[in-house]
Amino acid sequence: MRNAMVRLEPRREPSRVMLYATPFVAFVLTLLAGLVLFWALGKDPVRALGLIFITPLTSVRGVAELLVKSTPLILIATGLAFGFRAGVWNIGAEGQFTIGAISGGAVALYFHPGGGPLLLPAMMLAGVLGGVAWAAIPALLRTHFNANEILTSLMLVYVALLLLGLMVQGPLRDPQSYNFPESKLFQNAALLPALIPKTRAHIGFLIAVGVVAVAHVLMTRHILGFMVRVFGDAPRAAAFAGFSEKRMVWLSFAISGGLAGLSGLFEAAGPVGQLVPQLPSGYGFTAIIVAFLGRLQPLGILAAGLLLGLTHIGGETAQITMSLPSATTSVFQGMLLFFLLASDVLVNFRLRFGLRAPVGVGGN
Amino acid sequence: MPSASPLLVIDGLSKSYPGVKAVDDVSFSVVGGEIHALLGENGAGKSTLVKMVYGLVAPDQGAMSLDGAPFQPRRPAEARARGVGMVFQHFSLFDALSVEENVALGLPQAMATGDLATRITRVSRDYGLEIDPARLVGELSVGERQRIEIVRCLLQNPRLVIMDEPTSVLTPQEAADLFATLRQLRDQGCSILYISHKLEEIRALCQRATILRGGRVVGSCDPRHETARGLAEMMLGATFTLPQRPERTDGAVRLQVVGLTLPAVSLFGVALADINFSVCGGEIFGIAGVAGNGQNELMDVLTGERSGPTNDAVVVDALAVGRAGPHERRARGMAFVPEERAGHSAVPGLSLVENVLLSERFSSRSGMIDWRAVRARANQIVAAFDVRTVGIDHVARSLSGGNLQKFVVGRELLTKPGVLIVNQPTWGVDAGAASAIQSALLELARTGAAVVVISQDLDELFQIATRLAVIAGGRLSPARPIAELTIEGIGQAMGGHHHAHPPAPPADAVERGINA
Repeated sequence: MRNAMVRLEPRREPSRVMLYATPFVAFVLTLLAGLVLFWALGKDPVRALGLIFITPLTSVRGVAELLVKSTPLILIATGLAFGFRAGVWNIGAEGQFTIGAISGGAVALYFHPGGGPLLLPAMMLAGVLGGVAWAAIPALLRTHFNANEILTSLMLVYVALLLLGLMVQGPLRDPQSYNFPESKLFQNAALLPALIPKTRAHIGFLIAVGVVAVAHVLMTRHILGFMVRVFGDAPRAAAFAGFSEKRMVWLSFAISGGLAGLSGLFEAAGPVGQLVPQLPSGYGFTAIIVAFLGRLQPLGILAAGLLLGLTHIGGETAQITMSLPSATTSVFQGMLLFFLLASDVLVNFRLRFGLRAPVGVGGN
Repeated sequence: MPSASPLLVIDGLSKSYPGVKAVDDVSFSVVGGEIHALLGENGAGKSTLVKMVYGLVAPDQGAMSLDGAPFQPRRPAEARARGVGMVFQHFSLFDALSVEENVALGLPQAMATGDLATRITRVSRDYGLEIDPARLVGELSVGERQRIEIVRCLLQNPRLVIMDEPTSVLTPQEAADLFATLRQLRDQGCSILYISHKLEEIRALCQRATILRGGRVVGSCDPRHETARGLAEMMLGATFTLPQRPERTDGAVRLQVVGLTLPAVSLFGVALADINFSVCGGEIFGIAGVAGNGQNELMDVLTGERSGPTNDAVVVDALAVGRAGPHERRARGMAFVPEERAGHSAVPGLSLVENVLLSERFSSRSGMIDWRAVRARANQIVAAFDVRTVGIDHVARSLSGGNLQKFVVGRELLTKPGVLIVNQPTWGVDAGAASAIQSALLELARTGAAVVVISQDLDELFQIATRLAVIAGGRLSPARPIAELTIEGIGQAMGGHHHAHPPAPPADAVERGINA
C-alpha cells in the first residue's frame, strides 16, 4: 500500500469546534484507557470508574471535598494561564503557594489567639504578597539577566519547601508540639468560614469563582487580555503595538504568584488549619495540567479544575475500597494531559480517511 | 532555441483547500531548454502549483509527466531525484555556519560528504556564481546567500529549476548577474520555471509565459512580444492605472532625524552611523538600499521599538520623541508599516478585528475595549482598501500576502497619521495590490502628511518618491530630488558598500586542493 489509510491534512485556520471539542475527546479516551488499565490489573473496570467519577458526587461530603480540592487548582491555574498565553512560563506555583501559606499563616500566628474580623483579610493580603514576592525572583532574573524562568521558578519550589520546614521547626513552631514540626492550630478568627456546614468546604471556592469571572472579563474585554494574546502569538507585534516585554513578564508573574500565594493561604486557613511541612501537596503542579486542559481560558479552567479535583477524590476512594495502586490518580491525570496534547493535532489538521486521490499512473 | 519536446507536462492539476480552489484544472507544459514564466497575482495559485511540482503538496486531481514518464513526487527528495530543483524566495540558511556546511545540510547524505567544497567551487565558477565555501553565511549579502541556494540546487544536476521571485531581494546589478547565469543554464538545456511579478524582467528573460488567475490558466503568450501593461492586464483581468506622483510641495518639516548613531544589536546586525534627514509635509521620502544594510535597524528606531540614543534624535512636528515608545509616538501622529507582515505588523493567529488593536487601542481609561468601535473600524478598512476576505473574524493568516498588506496599510492610514513610515510596502504583493498601496501613499502625502518609504524596489521609489537617499552599511547618503537621479546611478550607490570587504580569495583553497 503506497498511501496511508488515514492522513492528516493541514487546515487553513485552526478549527474552533475542535479547540473546544478536544478536551472532551481527551476525557473519553482517558476513560477508555482507564477501562483497559483496570481490566489489565484484574479489577472490575466499570466499578473502578464508577468509584472515581460518580461516587464522590453522590454525597454532600463528597461534593464538599471536591470543592476543597478544586479551589486551589482553579485559583492557581487561572493565574498561570495569563502567563502561559503570553509565553511566560511560571512552573513554580507550588513554591509561591508555599510562601503564601507561610506569610499568611505568620500573620495569624502573630495575633494568636486573638484577632478580629479584619484578621482574615489581612492574612489573604499577606498570602498574596508572599506569593508575588516569591514570583518576583524569577521575574527579576528573567528581565535583568535573561535567565530562563522555567528553570528558576521550578528550582525555587524546593527552596520554598525547605523554608517551610525551617519555619515550622523554628520561629513558627508550636512550643507545645513536643518538637513535632508544626505550628499552633489557627484560632477561630483565622479560619475560613465554611461554605457547606459541617464539612471542610470553605468560602475560598466562592472567591475562586469570582477570580475566574474577573479573569474572563480581563481576557475577553480588557486591553490587558489582548496584550497577553499578542505576546503569546507574536512578540514582535507586541513590541510594534508598544507593549513592553518586561512589563508583561512582571505582570504574568505577579498575577500567577499572587493567586498561588492566596490559594496557599486558603489551604492553611481552610482544610488544614495550621502550618505543617506536608501542606504543599502538588497543587501547584497539577494546576499546570488544569490550565492546559481548560484551554488557558478562565471558564475552561473552572470546569477542568472540578474534573481534576474529582479524579483526585475518586482516585483516593477507589484506591482504598478496591486496593488499587496509589499511583492511580497520577496515572489518570497524566493520561488526560497526554490525550489532550495528542488530540490537539485535530485543531490544526483534519483527518482524511481512505486512499489518496490517484495522481497519474503509479511510477516505478 | 528551445527544443520542441516537452520536459514537464502538467495535465489537469487541481488542489483545493477548505473554502478555496487554489489550483483548478491547470494544464501546460515546459519544454527542454526554455525559461518559462509563471505569472499571476498573489493568491492566483502559482505557489501551490510549483509546490505540487516539487513534491511539497499532493494534488487532488490531475497528472504530471517528466520526460514522457509519469511524475508524482510525494516529497521534495523524490522530485530532486528526478532532476527537479527549487530555489525558494525565503532562504533557509544558518548564519553561524559556513557556506559549505549550509550546502551540506540541504543535500542527500551521499552527496554531502567528500570533496563538497571542491564541487561548490567548481559549480560556482562554471556559472559565474562567485562564492567561497569557507565563509560564514552571516557575513554574506542577500545576493550571495541566494547564490548558495542556487549552487545547492545545481549540485544535483537538475533538468528543471523552479525559481520563486528570485530578484525580489537583489540589486539591479545582482539581478543582471543572475540573468546571465539563468541564460547560461538555459543554453545548456536546463529548463527554468520562473515565478515573478516584475513584468519587465519577464519580458527580458522568458520565452513563454503561462498566466494564472484565481487558480486557472487564463492565457499564455510570448512575453517578448507583449508590453508590461498588457501582461499586467492579462494577470489582473482588468485595466489599471499607474499611480501619479504629486507635484512637489514645500510644506513645513514634519519629521527630522538628527545624528542618529546606534551600535548593532546582534553579531550580524548593522550599526547605524550618523543618520540625518528631514521630511516635509506633502513629500514622499524614499530610502533605497539592498536588504541588510540597516533598513530594519533604522525602522526599529523610527517606530520606537528600539529607543534612540537621545530624545532629540527623532523629532516629529517640532516635538522630540527619540526615546518615546511606539504608543506615545502614535499619539504624536505617527504611523508605521514594518516590512514583515507575519508576526510584526500583524498577528497571524488573531482575527482581523483583533489586529486593528495593534495600532489603535480603542479602549477606555480603565482599559476596557470598545469592541463595537473596533469591528466598525475593521469593516471600514476592508471596504476602503478592497481587502478580499471571507470575513473580519477570520485569522490574519488566512489572507493572501497582498490582501493582508492592504489591510495593514489601510489600518495605519485610517489612524490619519501626520508622519507615516513604511518599510517595503509592496514586498511580495501582487501588481494590483501594489498599485493600490502606492496610490494610497500618494493620496496621504497629498493631504499634507510626511511619508518615508524604505524600499529595495527602485522602480517603486522612482514612481512615487519626491526625494531619495541610499542606505548602505548603516550610513545614509545625502538626499537628492528624484529628477536628478537615474536608476543605474542609484543601483551602483546601493552596491557601493556592499562589497566593502571583497570576497576574500579562498586563503585555504590550496590546502583544500581546490586549485590542484
